[in-house]
Amino acid sequence: MPDSNATGIVTPQYVHIDKPLKLKSGAVISSYNLVYETYGTLNTDHSNAVLVCHALSGNHHVAGIYEDKPKSTGWWDNMVGPGKPIDTDKFFVIGMNNLGGCHGSTGPASIDARTGRHYGANFPFVTVEDWVETQAQLAEHLGIHQFAAVVGGSLGGMQALQWTLDYPDKIRHALVIAAAAKLTAQNIAFNDVARQAILTDQDFYGGDYYSYNTLPRRGLRLARMLGHITYLSDHSMASKFGRELRDGKFSFGYDVEFEIESYLRYQGDKFTDLFDANSYLLMTKALDYFDPANAYNGDLSAALKAAEADFLVLSFTTDWRFSPERSRDIVKALLDNNINVSYGEITSTHGHDSFLMNDAYYHQLVRAYMKNIEV
Amino acid sequence: MATSATTHSATVAWRPDFAAIANWIQPGSKILDLGCGDGSLLKYLYQERNIFGYGVEIDDQNVLGCLKNGINVIQNDLESGLSSFATGSFDYVILSQTLQAMKHTAEIIQEMLRVGREGIVSFPNFGYWRNRMQVIRGHMPVSESLPYHWYDTPNIHLCTLGDFEELCRECDAKILERRVMNKDRQIELLPNLMGKLAFYRFERK
Repeated sequence: MPDSNATGIVTPQYVHIDKPLKLKSGAVISSYNLVYETYGTLNTDHSNAVLVCHALSGNHHVAGIYEDKPKSTGWWDNMVGPGKPIDTDKFFVIGMNNLGGCHGSTGPASIDARTGRHYGANFPFVTVEDWVETQAQLAEHLGIHQFAAVVGGSLGGMQALQWTLDYPDKIRHALVIAAAAKLTAQNIAFNDVARQAILTDQDFYGGDYYSYNTLPRRGLRLARMLGHITYLSDHSMASKFGRELRDGKFSFGYDVEFEIESYLRYQGDKFTDLFDANSYLLMTKALDYFDPANAYNGDLSAALKAAEADFLVLSFTTDWRFSPERSRDIVKALLDNNINVSYGEITSTHGHDSFLMNDAYYHQLVRAYMKNIEV
Repeated sequence: MATSATTHSATVAWRPDFAAIANWIQPGSKILDLGCGDGSLLKYLYQERNIFGYGVEIDDQNVLGCLKNGINVIQNDLESGLSSFATGSFDYVILSQTLQAMKHTAEIIQEMLRVGREGIVSFPNFGYWRNRMQVIRGHMPVSESLPYHWYDTPNIHLCTLGDFEELCRECDAKILERRVMNKDRQIELLPNLMGKLAFYRFERK
């Protein structure tokens, strides 16, 4: 077993980008901060850089731990580190918190210098394309002219895909994991229920809850509980919780009775301390808006014509939120363009969350693919 | 990479069928290899014929083998067809020693004809005289090219040269070339009796 903390102590870094960014929505951000972490060493050719893009609730803290917080292991520590599938003995890996997030990059909870107040609901909508642009700014800041690979799962996979379209000459490989080229109606529906939970919370105050010294806890908690259900599979929930009762018998009340209730409520509560509701709203909208084929009358093959990178596309059999069919759509469009692509469909019981799990075959595929990337 | 190159040349050394297939492939072609295993054939064709292509494979360890070999592979069940692949998008579609293990035999030939300009199929010839002898002695054949027992074999649709040619007629496939081998020797005389391994190149009628 590799040491789970092989990356060791890490420290976030900040960069202030003082260059106006025109967003897809038309809004302009005059300047912004990005927080990021790096693992491994950039080689002299600057040819070994790998960008890891995070999903809905992720952030820049991909691997390692913080000095003062022994339990603060990064969200993809099983994948990224020395000797791990994305091997930081070979690659210089970068994790960045997306614009609009709530872990250090400029977002709704940040202070707008023009007003001296929190951005709140005034923070502009951000899209996957906008994030790629900010990531390109960070790359420039770090002196990286081309990524050896851009890697991401779920919403992160969408960013990896978008990279190949916006900067085809600046990315050699894209690893698109448990992702989709667009959300289905069902998927958007889940996102909207989550948003409605937040937007209708009486403590939301139109997004200006910071001024009232409160949080839309109830709404964010419900949003997270709903999300969690969709990230797990029926099978994994059944095997983990089944119909287990906390006290072994019905108590005929609305407090926690079934273990699954306990789990979801705990996850929901924990999340309200870690995540900003406005950021959650923005991230889910970015998911909904993503659809590179839209500008091509829905023709994904035409949309991916610009791509030049090689691809590894992976999906998980029990992932019903980002199902294997959606990954196969991407693969088909890549095949139509004669792009180098490999596709693995991983048998897993853990649903969408599988992409974060330590599955042997999954990690072997990523390891084998990354090993063949020349730096 | 040194390790996989060694494995590869070892594989090629005892697989004269690779050379037989390569012989039919125009340099620079675009190829789809169905049931591609660890990608050894595609890698060989890449080295010998400078091809571009993809493999299709269902088995996890084989898919992993392809990635290790640096070969494009799509993990997919051939029995569900080739819907990811556009009509007429390949120069050659290869089905190397996989036909006999498939449920949807006619369907895969049809799909090969749809996706590729030409199809190439190889299979162990059930009509080979040693196989016939074993049947006459009262047993299902077990041999180098058919290494399984009747109860554990993945080969559910074994056929002879004659049987396959009949299937081609039914599928409107025009046979362009046939090659019958016994180890590394090409068999000209009584091929359905003397040949162990059959190769066909065909196109849409």
